[in-house]
Amino acid sequence: MSKEAVIVPEALLKVVDLCKNFGGLRVNADVNFDLFSGECLALIGPNGAGKTTLIHQLSGFFTPDSGTVIFDGRDITHLPVHARARLGLARSFQITSIIPSLSALENVALAVQARTNGSLRLFGIAADEKTLNDQAFEALQMVGFDKQITTIADNLSHGEKRILELAIAIAMKPKALLLDEPMAGIGKHESLRLIEILKSLKSRYPLLLVEHDMEAVFALADRVAVLVYGKIIATGTPDEVRQNAEVKAAYLGESAM
Amino acid sequence: MNVAPDKKPGTVISNLSDSYRLSILIFLILALVPVFARYGAEGFILDLVNRAIILALAAIALDLILGFGGMVSFGHAAFIGIGAYITAIMVTEGFGEALIIFPIVVVVSTLFALITGIICLRTSGVYFIMITLAFGQMLFFAASSLSTYGGDDGLTIWGNVTILGSDIFADDVGIFYISLGFLIAGLFLVQTLVGSRFGRVLRAAKENETRISALGYNVLRVRLTAYVIAGVIAGIAGFLHTSQAEFVSPATMRWQHSGELIIMVALGGMGTRNGTLIGAFAYVLLIQALSDFTQDWKLIFGPLMVLAVLSKNGGIGRFFAYVKGGRNRA
Repeated sequence: MSKEAVIVPEALLKVVDLCKNFGGLRVNADVNFDLFSGECLALIGPNGAGKTTLIHQLSGFFTPDSGTVIFDGRDITHLPVHARARLGLARSFQITSIIPSLSALENVALAVQARTNGSLRLFGIAADEKTLNDQAFEALQMVGFDKQITTIADNLSHGEKRILELAIAIAMKPKALLLDEPMAGIGKHESLRLIEILKSLKSRYPLLLVEHDMEAVFALADRVAVLVYGKIIATGTPDEVRQNAEVKAAYLGESAM
Repeated sequence: MNVAPDKKPGTVISNLSDSYRLSILIFLILALVPVFARYGAEGFILDLVNRAIILALAAIALDLILGFGGMVSFGHAAFIGIGAYITAIMVTEGFGEALIIFPIVVVVSTLFALITGIICLRTSGVYFIMITLAFGQMLFFAASSLSTYGGDDGLTIWGNVTILGSDIFADDVGIFYISLGFLIAGLFLVQTLVGSRFGRVLRAAKENETRISALGYNVLRVRLTAYVIAGVIAGIAGFLHTSQAEFVSPATMRWQHSGELIIMVALGGMGTRNGTLIGAFAYVLLIQALSDFTQDWKLIFGPLMVLAVLSKNGGIGRFFAYVKGGRNRA
């Protein structure tokens, strides 16, 4: 079945007519976009545009009211969160989501373990498993994590936690990465470092990047989709979007240009 | 085994071996109780400690789901009741062979845990507490209305559990060591589970369920597995309870009994290696000591409990670790 997906040049992640309402509030209205293999698609939009709601529907935390999400040739609209992760759709969270009491290494090892039917093994000390730890270490190196790997995650700085969360995501060896504001709450210096890390990930994984930081968006994105009041008002290359009058009016403003 | 020079207080490794040694020490002391009981100490000590051992076994199982898994089950005593009633009824009906009773206890506990767990684990927080309590009370009322087998008054068994014709279960010291054996095996099992891949997911899901499901884990399935294992261990504690007390009453599974198990876990400090073990013995022995001392023992017991649970180190187990750590540093 995956052979067909290779022959037909299809989008890796296809979102069709996605709608989501919270009571009377229309949060996502007929959202359509494709994420192709090898690209970084940035999803931008003002606060409250429905970006995180959209990510939640892609990763399974919310069920859309209507519309379809197709990933790797498969309709995943109604799959639970863990099943989507299993298929290779990994995500990070706007608010850092790690296991505070475990070490950085164990946080990542949990992600490695998840790929290998990890919760069914009742015996043996997980923390001592070399194969898990080695792969976790590799993922931490890939994102340039430079603290002691045995540091308890809760004791890391905010920026280090964001980097740890990226390591967790790539340790899942996903087919696509959904990054929900990876730069949120990061200082200027660390944000440059994070952009470099994301650049290196970009070549390995298709990225759907939700981000407010325009510097990051224009440094990373191959294409940009602009979400305003739950609707995608423009999609195109960063330059096209930059020039789009509607986008300027709705979102970027004069000074940002 | 001299690790003193390079021992760093607070590192996982040294804590592990320290607490491992403490477990062994506790078990050694327990193993000597029958000797003390024979030479000098009062005879009821053996009975008292044996009851504490059986409760500790159930409490250790509860710690797996409560302390490590974050599931506050208020129906854990129901499983003790299942094991206790199956044993009592089988002995009453003339099937006293442990090798027959034991598998039945395990199978029925598993089934009850599976069925109730699938329902309970769809809820969380207060709802989980209420629904586990409801299932527990259901069994309590069912047992109360079992008029053939004692109803409200409970059931005294005439005859006893045997194993391959041996009366070892009827012997005070015999059942003591059998119970202790199960307690050691229970603690070892729970500690192994907690450190395994499965246990790591269970512990992590307690802290951040969202993250764990986003990694691709089916959290419900992991929790259900833990819930079933805890249920089966508590069922075995019930089997030991009837074998030891030769009596069972619906009170075994009333919600207050579940509450007592939670107190034992909380008293010792949830999710520690020896905490629950210490908590269970402290609970049983403290009540005994205080009630010997005064009729109004609850007046003293209550505040003590509050102090133990609210102390910033969370429970007796952590308190010991804290004291020990402080001394090492000094």
